[in-house]
Amino acid sequence: MFRANWHDRHNLARRPAGKARANPSALRAALDLLDLDVARWWATCPAPPWPVGPTRKYSSAPWRGLGGGVTGLYLWTQAADRVCGIVGIVDFRGGPVSGQLLAPMVAALRHRGPDEQGLSTGRGVGLGHTRLSIVDLEGGRQPMANEDGSVWVTFNGEIYNHMELRRDLEAKGHRFATRCDTEVIVHAYEQYGERCVERFNGQWAFGLWDTRRRRLLLSRDRLGIRPLYYTAVHGQLLFASEVKALLAHPEVITAIDPRGLAQLFTFWATRPPRTVFQGIEELPPATNLVVGPAGRQTYRYWQLDYDPGRVWLDATDGAEELCALLADATRLRLRADVPVGVYLSGGLDSAVTAALTRRCQGRPPHAFSVAFEDPEFDESRYQQLMARHLEAEHHTKCITAEQIGQVFPHVVRHAERPMLRTAPAPLYLLSRLVHELRYKVVLTGEGADEVLGGYDLFKEVKVRRFCARQPDSATRPLLFKRLYPYMPNLQGQSAAYLAAFFRTRPHQLEDPLFSHMPRWELGGRLRRFFAAEVRNELACYDPCEELRQSLPERFAAWDPFTKAQYLETAILLPGYILASQGDRVAMAHAVEGRFPFLDHRVVELAARMPPRLKMKGLDEKYILKLAARSLVPAPIRGRSKQPYRAPEADCFIDPARGRFRCEYAEELLSAERLRDDGFFCPMAVEQLTRKARAGRVIGAKDNMALVGILSTQLLIDQLLRPSAELTYPTPAVTAAPEPAVQTIPQPTA
Amino acid sequence: MANPIATTLRGFIRENFLFGDEVPFSDQDSFLDLGIIDSTGVLELVDFIQRTWGLEVDDEDLVPENLDSVDNLVRFIQRKQSLAAPASGAGGRV
Repeated sequence: MFRANWHDRHNLARRPAGKARANPSALRAALDLLDLDVARWWATCPAPPWPVGPTRKYSSAPWRGLGGGVTGLYLWTQAADRVCGIVGIVDFRGGPVSGQLLAPMVAALRHRGPDEQGLSTGRGVGLGHTRLSIVDLEGGRQPMANEDGSVWVTFNGEIYNHMELRRDLEAKGHRFATRCDTEVIVHAYEQYGERCVERFNGQWAFGLWDTRRRRLLLSRDRLGIRPLYYTAVHGQLLFASEVKALLAHPEVITAIDPRGLAQLFTFWATRPPRTVFQGIEELPPATNLVVGPAGRQTYRYWQLDYDPGRVWLDATDGAEELCALLADATRLRLRADVPVGVYLSGGLDSAVTAALTRRCQGRPPHAFSVAFEDPEFDESRYQQLMARHLEAEHHTKCITAEQIGQVFPHVVRHAERPMLRTAPAPLYLLSRLVHELRYKVVLTGEGADEVLGGYDLFKEVKVRRFCARQPDSATRPLLFKRLYPYMPNLQGQSAAYLAAFFRTRPHQLEDPLFSHMPRWELGGRLRRFFAAEVRNELACYDPCEELRQSLPERFAAWDPFTKAQYLETAILLPGYILASQGDRVAMAHAVEGRFPFLDHRVVELAARMPPRLKMKGLDEKYILKLAARSLVPAPIRGRSKQPYRAPEADCFIDPARGRFRCEYAEELLSAERLRDDGFFCPMAVEQLTRKARAGRVIGAKDNMALVGILSTQLLIDQLLRPSAELTYPTPAVTAAPEPAVQTIPQPTA
Repeated sequence: MANPIATTLRGFIRENFLFGDEVPFSDQDSFLDLGIIDSTGVLELVDFIQRTWGLEVDDEDLVPENLDSVDNLVRFIQRKQSLAAPASGAGGRV
């Protein structure tokens, strides 16, 4: 049997190097990372000296343990490193949760929260937090409780409408001790129960412990901007912002899940709750998970629904409404006690966001862009045009293929999943620049293409259906030349071949996944590189069929354009765009992305619009172009959609010299290592790398295969191997001064 | 006895597009139907034909009737070779 043999052979079942249970030196090492004198002392104690008094400067409430009694431990530190990360353990057997278990989990998320780290433990529960201070820099420390300590929360994200919610809650008698949005969550929960999230406008992942009802609420924002994972071990439920924090718990053992891998190599993403890690689940977007004495309940509190039933007589009115809502979404997202910058990609969406930011702030923003040495990928001209239009101070990070190869292992380690594109790497380098320039928050145009129909895939759906109505037409296939202008290999094809590539058979028109099957079949072909054992394991598994069976009830009633929009928004957006290319690469450098186009009011407005307002003929994001007339210069509004892309195989293999650029890539793609890890066929990969060395990897499929295989190997090596053997290049970093280290005195018992 | 052109083509396709995968395909099977070749694959195939048999492939030749199966390719290459032979000798260019 593949699974048993494979694990026995390679001992790759996850047990983090040096973090086994009952290993005090490893624990001390983990606690050293916290840079806490208190923690060091605590680690040497045979048992934690419960209770320990609090050092909460902000709370009017006396210290209370999480169990609702007096047990508990509270530690605060100014960390010596460098957006929020959350962890938690709930033990339903009711025993105390050791801070010794939580500390390494918190330490694993240190990159997400440079400013403070906090732990709270009590009977049957422990919560941890690493903080990037953005709102209420002095208060707002976490985990945080309500007035009487009966509700506790560890929270990553932002509740943008916290001021409005606070006014409502204060009017209902709630007392607030801070100005922080975190505190709104506990009071809103007290007032409205777990459905309080329906009142939130924001991006969040949080764990909330109700000491009276002894139950845990895990919640994630509507679109899946902030991550949240969980697993269960021996009667305990563990949750965290990132998988690596779960892996820091000595009882968590995992390995690569072949079905997760099959999903990723099909959809570019896994579909929650599945991940690429066996036994570790991801909370889906717009979902609450409630665990308590009565058992476990998971439900969606919000559904992405489309209702083009509303009559829009005039596109101009629609554009005005959209513009007004985007302006309000931007205004809310500028709420911060630190400077807020903007990303400029050179496209329409980020230009609109930046222009609205300038208008709201009343001054030019600082703008950040990725440029490429290779003109095929570079959009500097349009970035500079928009920056001049805004009078913005413009910071650009120019990227080379070599740099991508250099940082790619770090990108995979942060993304915690394989990826089929290198595009997250330049954004990883950009967030580092943002961090070096002391910015913590950026607004970007993310989500506009999904919400308002910007991708060429939406055009492709229209043209394929148009051609299918007259399959023998010699001229209709030429419309495909209006798609994918950035793909010269496609542009060079004859009408006959274009017709053949995009040919639609009658039964395909009935497939609910019609829009995405060409892309997903391409991904499926990449599974040819899987090792025979993995392919055998997957012989009865079809990720697309599984998806068909899980589509929402109303899906069948939607028009083809809307179906495509839904699939893009429900799968690729949270699973890749907002994850590998979003949260992970930004948070790697403690930078928080904020997305006005993903304000749920904007998403709901767009979902009510008929497709003709989003795609007029083959003019994408038509309504946004109308809305942007007074905001964005005509050359940018008039550009056709240029998807963000980056160099791929060439980052790792230099065809001019016929050899690998990166030693790690050569090692991880070697026949020996591939055999040892067991997921890919060494012979197939050898033929692929030989082709790349000869400079003949020129198409999307081969590039995706190379990047997908290498990133999987990197994931295994960095997160799952018992001891990492490879060292990875450390790119030059402009050193930022270390923040002051301050240890708050140990509280007296 | 197997046609040497077909043998060469099958070897190229198996190594270059299937990466050694033992997917069964006959000389009549459509590359597009089997998902073997995409838009980039057509260009790779043309490059291979030009390099291996010294033939020039024109834009109007880029149609599935010439390139979408081993049999189609063999007929196409032989036709090109026969057209090329009187003008510049065996293996010459059209």
